[in-house]
Amino acid sequence: MNSQATTPVADTYPVVSGSGDAKLSRRGGSVVGLLVGFLEWFGGLGTFSWQVLRAAVTPPYEWRELIRQLDEVGSQSLPLVALAGAAIGAVLSMEVRNSMTRFGATSMLPSAVVYSLIQEMGPTITGLVVSGRVGAGIGAELASMKVTEQIDAIEASAINPFRLLAATRILACILMLPLLTVAADASGVLMGWVAQTLVQPISFHQFIDAGFHGATLKDFLPPTFKTAVFGLIIGLIACFQGMRTRGGAEGVGRAATNSVVLASLFVILADVVLVKFILVVFQ
Amino acid sequence: MATAFEIPMSLEDPEEHSNPSVVAAGNLCKAFDGHVVLHGISLTVGRGETLAVLGRSGTGKSVLLRLIIGLETPDSGTVSIHGQIIAALSLDGLNAIRVKMGFLFQHAALYDSLTVGENIAFPFDHHRQDMPRSEKRDRVRALLAEVGMEGDLDKMPSDISGGMQKRVGLARALALEPEILLLDEPTAGLDPISSAEIDNLILKLQRERQMASIVVTHDLHSAKTIANRLAILDRGRVVVEGTFEDLRQSRIPFAREFLNQS
Repeated sequence: MNSQATTPVADTYPVVSGSGDAKLSRRGGSVVGLLVGFLEWFGGLGTFSWQVLRAAVTPPYEWRELIRQLDEVGSQSLPLVALAGAAIGAVLSMEVRNSMTRFGATSMLPSAVVYSLIQEMGPTITGLVVSGRVGAGIGAELASMKVTEQIDAIEASAINPFRLLAATRILACILMLPLLTVAADASGVLMGWVAQTLVQPISFHQFIDAGFHGATLKDFLPPTFKTAVFGLIIGLIACFQGMRTRGGAEGVGRAATNSVVLASLFVILADVVLVKFILVVFQ
Repeated sequence: MATAFEIPMSLEDPEEHSNPSVVAAGNLCKAFDGHVVLHGISLTVGRGETLAVLGRSGTGKSVLLRLIIGLETPDSGTVSIHGQIIAALSLDGLNAIRVKMGFLFQHAALYDSLTVGENIAFPFDHHRQDMPRSEKRDRVRALLAEVGMEGDLDKMPSDISGGMQKRVGLARALALEPEILLLDEPTAGLDPISSAEIDNLILKLQRERQMASIVVTHDLHSAKTIANRLAILDRGRVVVEGTFEDLRQSRIPFAREFLNQS
């Protein structure tokens, strides 16, 4: 038998065997340690993103799993997103009425509610709600699969786990977020009208007419499609956190929590950049 | 290099064996976070041959299987399958080899969002998409019958015991009629009758399909039944390898102690 040493090569799926968040805590929380951990995390995320992108664009494609994830991300999130949108619509209507009354501009209320919803509140609330529900779900599911060797079993079966698990979930998030945002906007506008009508009766037709007066597709489409970027962030971070998990049940819990926290944080930060981008490019 | 344990020559020198090796591990070393798990493991398995790997818990037996299928990369040494060094292969090349291998994980690693039947159909869904649905269904039922689980097609993994999950995992590993079978504790958690059934199944597969198999086990009785050769690992090294008779006659203290305690 030849005893021939070989140069160690990178793992086939390097990020799947990643270091996990436990290393960060072992550094004792020093500033340098935190910075190094932060850079390591970003480096790992970058490598993971590249692996997913390569897997996503090469066949065979996992259409069945993609459809399943579209249902999981889209249909299953719809009630929650619609409810959140409705609540925001009602709150906006009440708060805007209070402000507009001071300035004698209550006739502007429908426009204020509609514009606030479609340009910012609807997309942001959708992003944060989905980040909580879907981010935690994906993070926990993939983390649980990681610690029980299910991802290893997929890999051992000659199936690319990046294509089957990560690419499908990320793509589902990208496709579903804009549609969920439309649902949030619609329920927000509807509840905004209800809240308004309870105080000062106005027909729904009048509310919509006044609300969308002067609005163009440029006011609606860019903010709605920016949520596709939110979906990318949520899917990517949740899959990354899940597939690099170590540490049993504790690791699964940590992955779920980190998925939500980090996805929410990056959605908010991305919103700042995207709003500026939209204002510069479209308006 | 001299080691604390002398490795006796097998009665059959592998290099002169007429059965060319299907799986060959050469001087494998692997460490995790500075802790060395494998120290230069070398072994070969030929077609139609079963090698049982025994040893105390934590001696790197499962890591050895993971290195062979490419789930881990060795720090040094080589794994070759049909003469191809897997570290030199692209991902597509490695997957082309993996399709010919069946792997049973220590805790079965069933996909918990799929039923028992869907778990077994999983390899067909991805690698035999041309297979008609009726044929797939028949194959799944036949595989479940082979492991004695024919009535559990629609159950979820969480609804069945650990031993039953192991049997379903074995059925899934056999789905694509592999040439190479890697089994991590196939009879762990099974009652003696079920263990004997699994042993007989492995023997039957070895006879009929001439598979090359590596079985990691603590069950010496099972190892004696199914294996042509046995290898005992201790602290990441092969301390003795050969037939059961070789092991029984070995003067190496650890081997004698291991056999006496089993």
